[in-house]
Parts: sequence; structure tokens; C-alpha cells
Amino acid sequence: MSQSKRDIISQLQKDILQWEGYQPAPAHKHGLVGLGPVEAAFPNGVFPVGTVHELVCENSGQAAATGGFITGLLSVLMQQGGACLWIGLSQMLFAPALKNFGIEPDKVIFLNVLRDQDVLWIMEEALKCPGLAAVIGEVQTLDFKQSRRLQLAVEQSRVTGFILRNSSKKPGSTACAARWHIKPLPSEAIAGLPGLGFPRWQIELLKVRNGQLGSWIMEWDEGQFSVITDNPMVERSQRYG
Amino acid sequence: MAIWFRHLVTDWLMLRRPELREIPFVCVLPERNRMVVTAASYLAEAEGIFAGMAAADAKAMTINLQVLDAIPGKEARLLRQLGLWCMRYTPLVATDAPDTLLLDISGCTHLWGSEQGYLKELVLKLRTSGYDARAAIADTVGTAWAVARFGRVSPIIPAGNQAQALLALPPAALRLEQPVLERLQKLGLRTIGNFMLMPQRELRRRFGEGLLLRLRQALGLEEEILLPVVPPVPFVERLPCLEPICTATGIEIAVQQLLERLCLLLQNEGKGLRRAVLKCYRVDGKMVQTGISTNRGSHSVSHLFKLFELQIAKIEPALGIELFLLEASKVEDVEVLQEKLWTGNPGLADNALAELLDRIATKVGQDRIRRYLPAEHYWPERSIRPAISLQEMPGTSWRTNRPRPIRLLPRPESIEVMALLPDYPPKVFTYRGRRHVVVKADGPERIEREWWQDQGVHRDYYAVEDEQGQRYWLFRSGHFDTAPEWFLHGFFA
Repeated sequence: MSQSKRDIISQLQKDILQWEGYQPAPAHKHGLVGLGPVEAAFPNGVFPVGTVHELVCENSGQAAATGGFITGLLSVLMQQGGACLWIGLSQMLFAPALKNFGIEPDKVIFLNVLRDQDVLWIMEEALKCPGLAAVIGEVQTLDFKQSRRLQLAVEQSRVTGFILRNSSKKPGSTACAARWHIKPLPSEAIAGLPGLGFPRWQIELLKVRNGQLGSWIMEWDEGQFSVITDNPMVERSQRYG
Repeated sequence: MAIWFRHLVTDWLMLRRPELREIPFVCVLPERNRMVVTAASYLAEAEGIFAGMAAADAKAMTINLQVLDAIPGKEARLLRQLGLWCMRYTPLVATDAPDTLLLDISGCTHLWGSEQGYLKELVLKLRTSGYDARAAIADTVGTAWAVARFGRVSPIIPAGNQAQALLALPPAALRLEQPVLERLQKLGLRTIGNFMLMPQRELRRRFGEGLLLRLRQALGLEEEILLPVVPPVPFVERLPCLEPICTATGIEIAVQQLLERLCLLLQNEGKGLRRAVLKCYRVDGKMVQTGISTNRGSHSVSHLFKLFELQIAKIEPALGIELFLLEASKVEDVEVLQEKLWTGNPGLADNALAELLDRIATKVGQDRIRRYLPAEHYWPERSIRPAISLQEMPGTSWRTNRPRPIRLLPRPESIEVMALLPDYPPKVFTYRGRRHVVVKADGPERIEREWWQDQGVHRDYYAVEDEQGQRYWLFRSGHFDTAPEWFLHGFFA
């Protein structure tokens, strides 16, 4: 009897998601971005493309780690051949390094503007353009209204947007689908060799719409993400819940 | 049509300095160790002073003569400016040094009613603004030029009547050289009519080919080409307004109309617009202009209008705009593509992307958009170069065999370093006041300067990781034994 109740509840949850605009996951979409167990935290178990993700970083080291993480995601999103726009306040991304994360650096168009308003204006225009694979914008602050505008732009075109917030201030609420925090971690030596190992990050999901929060440790290993430890935070949130 | 400015430089000086109106004055320039008059004002000419005279003679003739230094090249500049001003009457204006403007007015006069009205309007405008101008309209450049200077009857020569108009004019009206004129004078040929009907053979033998050429040009038997001040733009649309326009909505409607006409023109020719300029002529005589450019030839009204829409706020209408001019200053052939039913993901070749970048470029400037291609250099700053166009593909492949940071500082920042051994990677470094203890390190990777490009010492790069797990790209500038400086150049992911 309890089994049938659980079925009913899960069916209802799926219905609610559908009413909220989430498409049920097509079979081949699983594991779309190669994030493994992280994708299970999202509704329907699919990494939501066609939405705006928000990534917070507090210093330049974290900004670099976040850049690496996004580039890793882009390598999958850009597989269909689409181009990508990277809008920043300062020109710092070094194109040759992008190749190590599996994308063609010449398919990334960099925009170097001075003001937050310009970044957001360009980002909104770009998110309306369905030919793009992804749009990344670096801003200092983002309020709810601005994020809502971006979200509305994305709903038509199904382009994936990433907002990088380079600010140590506590972020307020936004309309983004997820909020991430990427921190660099000490790398592990490869097979006992001296020197640096593969880039390793702590990936935290601080907010997910209709999903579960979590924290994972991942590495960028020869062109793909590999999970080191699996979701320690889910247990905690379940305990509190 | 020819416009002759009798006192171009002196008129300009009188406009600049009204006190000169009352007194005769001349402009002088040193020539072969003496001062020669280059221009004489109207009052000075009445005293018998003319250009080419020695300044000393002129001073002797008139007591209160004012002598000013001439500005070399001023006359040509003035003439060019006046020529540009005349562009509102016809698109094709040429200058004929030193003091004549030549206008091709075919197809323009009906806008002012008739040739009479056109001439009157133009000359009156020039005269009221202070320039002593004489103009004449004729079928050929030569005749117009002659009548503007020497004509006494009517400034408008009816079509085909050049010969009759020239009959009574002196030979100087044919733009001849001084020795030829003197020889004609000596032989008593005081009007063009005297020799116009002489056998060509005789004229050529005595006066050379120049006279015949000028005569034939004036009569319209020989082609004469005008060299316009501003090269005419093949694709241009004009929109004169009945009432001056001073609202943004009005300008929008004007731009929309102009674009619709221009795009139709371009589409029929199979061209696409790359650069366009919108010129707004205001009631107060000033001109404001704004331009757009596109990454790829386009004749889509909606797209181009979006680009102009971003610029409209920059146009100051002041009292109102009376004429809009839309010029396509750069066009290129466009391929007409068959529309696809299933559009894939065309990447950089995507038309929507090109249009998006056009809009962004109009808003923030073309120089802010960058795309990088690999360059064959080891020096990190030179290992990338900006792509010229959206279509340009990398000529070489991207190198991946060496670690490169994902974020590179535009300029390396100085750090303080402590290394265990001089040649070792640093153990501790201080960056912006914070101490980082290095746990792991790779390197060095030595990158030499390219001696054919610049001088200086090499760099030894180390990839290091601190206790927190952040990864940095550091380098030592120069050898370890010469008190080297250390820099932080980038952040690894």
C-alpha cells in the first residue's frame, strides 16, 4: 500500500514540474553535460539547459576555477557547433587555455565592456538569439528584476546563460535556476608523480529550483569531469528536513 | 554650372574681420625675394591693384593700403569648404583651382522650379553670406566657366547655344595659357569669334594643341570629366521634409522610409550594406551625422533599423532637421541563400549572430568585440591575435602541450618571493599583501624573448599551488643570479 502511495506522490511531483514548465526528460538527455551525480540533483535528473545559472565567486582564484568549470560545461554545450559569447568587465580570460577544457577558443566571442548595465543589456540581447550555444556574463551585482529579465529572454530561445558574480557580498534572491559556488581544492598527485595534478574543485549547489542541494568534489580529468566524492550534503539536508 | 568667386580670400577675411570692409587691403606672399600681391580686396582693385603686382608698388599707389600675410593653401581649403556646402544643391561638385566651383546640375534644377530659380537661389545665398560670386549655367564646363567670368548678357546658356555665347567673349575665357593669349593678342584676335571658324590645321600650327582642345571642350565636341570633391556614393537616398523635424519619433519614421527605399535598391542589385551614414541637415545650417556598420552585408530593413534605433538618441535636432540623407558608403555582394527548413547550428556563420554583434557594436563600439586566433609565438602575450572578421578561421592549431592559465593578467603583477634554492620554485610568495605557501609546483618552463621583436630578459614560468588549493602561474624575470624580479601572471582553474 505504501508503495502505491509513493508512486502517487512521485507522479504528482512530476505533474507539478510539468505545470511549472519543466519538460519530462527525454531518454537520451541523461548525462548531458557529463556532471554525473550532480545532474541527479536537478528536477527530473537533467541538467537544465535553456535557463540562467548563477555562479558566485569571491576572489580571483575562485573566478579562475569557475571559469574552468563553465568551460568544461561549454565543451558539451558547444558540441553542436554553436558559438558562445563571453561578456566581461575586464579582459582576462586567456583563450589558449580554453582548448584544454575541450572547446575551440576561436568559437568564443569575447566582449569587454565597462559597466554592469552594458553587460546585462548585451546579455539579454544575446540570450534572445537562438543560434548561440551559451552566453556568459560577468557582473558585480544582479538584482531580482534583472535576473527575471534574463530568464524571460531565455525562455523563448532556449539558450543557456551563466552569470558570474565577482563579488564577496552576500547575493540576494534571483530568478536563476541554480546558484553554484566553485572553489579550487588542492590537487592530488597523479600516480605519485611530483607537481600539480588535475584541477580539482569543490562544487556546491547553493540553490536549485525544485531540486536538491549538494556539494561534490570533482576533477577535470583529460577532457571530462570525474567525481571524487559523492554528495555529503544531501544527507545533512535530509537530516534537518 | 560654374561659380566664380571673384574675391574668395579677401571676402573670407572681411567676414572674419569686419573692420576690413572699409579699407583697401591686399594679401602678400614672398616670391623670388620680393613681396607679391596674391589677392586684392574689392576696394583695392578699384584703386588699380591686382594680383601678381609687387607689394611695394601697391603701397605706393594707395596711401591707406593694409597689407596682410597670405596663408598658403587657404584658398584651396576655402574653395573645398564652399564646394562641400554646395553639395546640398547637387551631389556632384568639383573644384577648379584657384577660385571656381563646377557643379553638375543635371536633374537637380526642377527642385527649385527652373534653372533660373536654381541659379538665383544659389547665388543669392552665397552673396548674402558675403561671397562675391558669379555663376553661369551651360551645357559644357568650358562655356559655363567662360560665361561666369566674362559673360555680359545672360548667365543661362540654352542647350546647344555654346558657340553663339562664346562668339563675343575674349580668348581668356577659354582657360588658355599666358603665352598663347599674348600671341592671340599680338595677332589682333580679340574675341573667340575671330578665330573660332578658322581651319583647325592653321590654329594647331600657330597656337598648339591646347587651344583646340579647350575650344572643342567648350563647344561640347570633346568630353570633359569632373573630379568631384566627395566621390559620389552610388547608393544614396534623400528625404527632404516640408516641416523641420525635431522629435525622435519623426526621425524614426524618416529613417524607416529611407531604409525601405535604400534596401529595395540594394536588393535589386544583389548588394548588402556594410556601412551606412545618416546625414541630417539642420535648419541652422549645421549637419549632424551618425553611422552604423555591419559584420556582413545586409539589406534587411528591420535589422538595419534596429541599428539606427540605437543611434537616434545621439542626433541633436536643435531647431529641426530639413533634409535626411542616407548613404551606403560601403556595400558588398551578398549571396542569396535558400531558406532551410531544418536549421542546424551554423555557429559563427549564423546570420542571427552577425546581426546580434552589429547591434552590440552599435551600442558599445566595435573595438570591444574580440575573437582570438592562435599566433605562432611562445611569448604568452603574443600567442593570440584578434581575428579580423567573423569568418576568419585559425591558420594553425591551438597548442595544448604546455599548461596555460585560464585567466591571464593583462600585465604581470609584481610579487615578493622566497625560494629555498635560487633556481627552485618559490616556497612562499606574497601577492597583494597576502602570503601564500606553495605546496606543489611545476616548472620551470623557460620562454625566451623574441630578439627580433624586442630586447630584454627571458622568463622562467612555474605553475604553483598554495595551501588552499589555488593554482597560480608565476615567473622569474631573468636569471636567478642577477637579483631577479618575480611576477604573478595568471590563475589556473
